[in-house]
Amino acid sequence: MIPSPFDYAAPTTVAQALDLLADAGDDVKVLAGGQSLIPVMKLRMADPTMVVDLGRISELTGVTDDGDSLLIGAMTPHHVIAKDLLIATYAPLLAQAAATVADPQVRHRGTLGGALVHADPAGDMPAPVLALDATLVVAGPHGERSIAAADFFQGYFTTAVQEGEILTHIRIPKYVGWGSHYEKFTRVAQQWSIVAVAAMVRVEGGAIAAARIGLTNMASTPLRARGVEAALAGCALEADAIATACAQAADGTEPASDLNGDAAYRRHLSQVLTKRAVLSAAGL
Amino acid sequence: MTATAQVHSNEVGKARLRKEDAHLITGRSRYTDNMVLPGMLHLAMVRSPYAHAKITGIDVAAAKASPGVMAVLTGADVAAEQGSLPNAWPITPDQKAPAHPSIAVDEVAFAGEVVAVIIARSVAAARDAVELVDVNYEELPVVLDLEEAFTDTVLAHPSLGTNLSANWVFDSGEAGTGAPVEEALANAEVLIERTFYQQRLIPSFMEPRSTVVDPTSEQLTMWTSTQIPHILRLMLALTLGIPESKVRVVAPDVGGGFGGKLQVTPEEIITVLAARRMGKPCKYTETRSESLMAAHHGRAQVQRLKLSATREGIVTGFSVNLLADMGAYLGLVTSGVPILGAFMFNSIYKFPAYRFECNNLFTNKAWTDAYRGAGRPEATFAIERIMDELAVELGMDPLELREKNWIKHEEFPFTTVCGLEYDSGNYEAATAKAVELFDYAGLRAEQLRRRNSNDPVQLGIGISTFTEMCGLAPSRVLGSLAYGAGGWEHAQVRVLPTGNVEVVTGSSAHGQGHETAWSQLVADRLGVPFENVEVLHGDTQVSQRGLDTYGSRSLTVGGMAVLAAADKVIEKAKVVAAHLLEASEDDIEFSAGNFTVKGTDTSTSLGEIALATFAAHNLPDGFEPNLDSDATFDPVNFSFPHGTHLAAMEVDTETGQVRIRKYVCVDDIGVVVNPMIVEGQVHGGLAQGIAQALYEEAVYDDAGTLVTGSFVDYLVPSAPDLPHYITDRTQTPSTTNQLGAKGVGEAGTIASTPAIVNGVLDAIRHLGVRDIKMPCSPSRVWHALEVAKTTGGAQ
Ligand SMILES: Cc1cc2nc3c(=O)[nH]c(=O)nc-3n(C[C@H](O)[C@H](O)[C@H](O)COP(=O)(O)OP(=O)(O)OC[C@H]3O[C@@H](n4cnc5c(N)ncnc54)[C@H](O)[C@@H]3O)c2cc1C
Repeated sequence: MIPSPFDYAAPTTVAQALDLLADAGDDVKVLAGGQSLIPVMKLRMADPTMVVDLGRISELTGVTDDGDSLLIGAMTPHHVIAKDLLIATYAPLLAQAAATVADPQVRHRGTLGGALVHADPAGDMPAPVLALDATLVVAGPHGERSIAAADFFQGYFTTAVQEGEILTHIRIPKYVGWGSHYEKFTRVAQQWSIVAVAAMVRVEGGAIAAARIGLTNMASTPLRARGVEAALAGCALEADAIATACAQAADGTEPASDLNGDAAYRRHLSQVLTKRAVLSAAGL
Repeated sequence: MTATAQVHSNEVGKARLRKEDAHLITGRSRYTDNMVLPGMLHLAMVRSPYAHAKITGIDVAAAKASPGVMAVLTGADVAAEQGSLPNAWPITPDQKAPAHPSIAVDEVAFAGEVVAVIIARSVAAARDAVELVDVNYEELPVVLDLEEAFTDTVLAHPSLGTNLSANWVFDSGEAGTGAPVEEALANAEVLIERTFYQQRLIPSFMEPRSTVVDPTSEQLTMWTSTQIPHILRLMLALTLGIPESKVRVVAPDVGGGFGGKLQVTPEEIITVLAARRMGKPCKYTETRSESLMAAHHGRAQVQRLKLSATREGIVTGFSVNLLADMGAYLGLVTSGVPILGAFMFNSIYKFPAYRFECNNLFTNKAWTDAYRGAGRPEATFAIERIMDELAVELGMDPLELREKNWIKHEEFPFTTVCGLEYDSGNYEAATAKAVELFDYAGLRAEQLRRRNSNDPVQLGIGISTFTEMCGLAPSRVLGSLAYGAGGWEHAQVRVLPTGNVEVVTGSSAHGQGHETAWSQLVADRLGVPFENVEVLHGDTQVSQRGLDTYGSRSLTVGGMAVLAAADKVIEKAKVVAAHLLEASEDDIEFSAGNFTVKGTDTSTSLGEIALATFAAHNLPDGFEPNLDSDATFDPVNFSFPHGTHLAAMEVDTETGQVRIRKYVCVDDIGVVVNPMIVEGQVHGGLAQGIAQALYEEAVYDDAGTLVTGSFVDYLVPSAPDLPHYITDRTQTPSTTNQLGAKGVGEAGTIASTPAIVNGVLDAIRHLGVRDIKMPCSPSRVWHALEVAKTTGGAQ
């Protein structure tokens, strides 16, 4: 790969990284796993003059138990997310989604933080993070701030992270007593989602007590299917009733049309996949 | 036979691990891009972003001033010396073709065409300077769609006055090889008319193309990632006006080609031009994006078909009318690709009347040329798809319909409606074996159950009983088709003084395993250990003559040349053996590497004779020292592998997702030299044929920009997407070569595409779907189901 020339720095602390970003001006890019940034630099669609590599900042990697929630470092790679014991116990949805990302090579380099800040509408990590009601911790020149997942994804490849800021951690509440499933639809095994659905379901006394549904690639940002969530609350644990509730999955979505399918097809897929994800999450 | 004879005579048929793999899989490979020569300069191409435009000016000043840049060449700079890239197959005397400069001079005709080249001290410096070249374009209207191109409303090359390059017709009535098709169609009891689309495909070889040229010695040397070092050497000489004897072409390790490296590329010519200008070695290696955009594409045909039959299911006539997309230019054999299919639309069937017409059309897209199967996958798809359509129309089992029409095994040799003589085959045997392995009856029963229960996942069975002509080709036949060269192959076998054997072949492998297979052939024939045979190829200075590797020709043509050379060596050695053993030549028997006087135990070995001919102390009068021989083999006929492929396809009617539940293929490729290599060829071939059916398509936007410009959008399937194949073989030897081999390089690709699509349609035809364009993506399947639903399942 031969990108345009750039300067490179590899700080070892967040503070150093923030200083470097502050000094470098507009044309600086943060490098995480490089699985999205390097391809666009290779094609010269991005040509930063300075690259700040977060790879040596050890405080940004790993999963810790923080009382009611899990704290995941932004630089934690997908393959760790996919097999980490804490995540498997308290947020298996995230692990399942991470395991569907590309191939082992990409999962070893690509990071959760990179995937969230990159915010590709077809990316697999944003919708589960949204469904899990995560909080994103961002450090900047004026200190640290926490952003609810619902406010984080703002548009096509756009998040609440501002220039000069770094996403440092992802905080996920511990879920106990929930079932979950990530239903990803692709044409070939190693592909970005055409549509995917992240479903969380809490079953109580033979009915669905609560549900959280995140949709991948149904708009320029990940979406919550609030209508489905409302319809599922109190829904009997039975396939037909669940299917009826999930028929609203496409409401309020604005999917793109591309080589893998037009908007009508995506809307239809979202309904089928939501039904399948919920059935699976509910153990049916 | 002695014990040693048994050891040596079982090489053919043995699943030997490949000799060539050790260096390839341990990183000791020598691909062209690995080459580093002293003082070497690097090239980068400036390519047109427009599909059709006039070049009104190029400003290279900034690029020239960029650090590390040595020179920048435009088309105007090399106009006098670059010549026109060759088309070796003018299919008609009045074939039209635009001049094809390596660097566009005043007009570009597809997006990706080279308009300037940077020559720099490093790849990075060259790439950086690309962005500094300022080209002024005046955009021209583009023609992209084949049916539109045929109307000549917009011209890909206004100077030609038409988009039609050539119109080529074969008519069995006129040729005297069958009845006139018009009568058959007019009198049809049943007439099936269909239009099928062969989408555009990209060969997607693993190793991007790369070329190094060293101009610093007396002879100009080119290392290049090619399938055709010999043809390329000749074409370089012709295109650039260099004496052929001053050019050496080397194909080192080559990482796949699939026809995509059967080409004389602009980039190869440009690297020569640059190296000559600079007087220094130059290297060019394309990026994957460049490869997808500018290396030649394949397929791209509209097939308009008419098939007539009796109500009993006997086909009476078949008429094929093609629109074939040449793209913007004619490459080496672009124009001939449809013609390679022309004689295959009748496939394994006894059609009495047949007509083929092809319109070769220019569009403003990358040019097309050979891609695995070249013409034959297109033909096989058309006939196998329309046979299923006829079966549906007649309410007949598609296998039964095929059997009614195919050539029976006792009818071989059989002269087809195209005038080809099929030497051998046994379609009944291959089909019976496939049906059994597949559990045809069981799957049909399951299909019915799923239909009756309205299962969201429906099951379909796809059939493809195919044949192909391979072993390209008898030179006389090529001559009659106006191809610019012959179809022979050359080999040399040298027994060295140590008894080791060197085999030189003109058929240069790029992944096929010739080194192993040729070693097995020669080990058997000469009775020497497999390990003692060395195969040399791919360098015009080592292998002086050859016509290279494509069209499943290597074993049936190149391998026969090797055997012929080995036989000549034996004949020669026999003379010396008789002399040394003081016997008459007629009394010398050769077996397992030893020459024995009949009825005695007096013998001498091939190795001893080799040493004796080397020393030359005691040879018969007039015997030329050394034990080696050349042979050139020109096949008397094509070979005709065939097979029966069965695909069980599951279609999820809720999502349109398609899954291969089971895939069985029984191929008859005649005598097998190395079953493991054959298995590899079949698996790889199936993957590429399935890819056409389900995944791959080169898509352009309305401006003529390639949308599928990376592997994110051009979907090449990988291992998880493909099923566990059940493969088997029947063996009906070819009668036209001494080994009985037929060729296997393209079989899987040719057969599998229609099997898959037939299977998809069989699964959902009862829901009202009767065709889906390839690739049968989930969204296309779902939309087809939706349309069928709203039209009430009406056809
Ligand atoms: C072949 C291939 C297939 C893929 N398939 C999939 C798939 O199926 N599903 C899927 O979801 N993804 C897929 N990906 C993308 C993968 O998940 C990437 O890892 C991810 O999108 C980006 O993560 P990264 O760590 O590589 O980030 P980088 O590429 O390093 O960075 C991406 C962007 O985020 C910014 N950034 C990164 N980290 C931070 C931070 N901590 N703070 C602020 N800004 C930051 C960078 O500046 C850059 O703009 C694929 C990638 C490849 C190469």
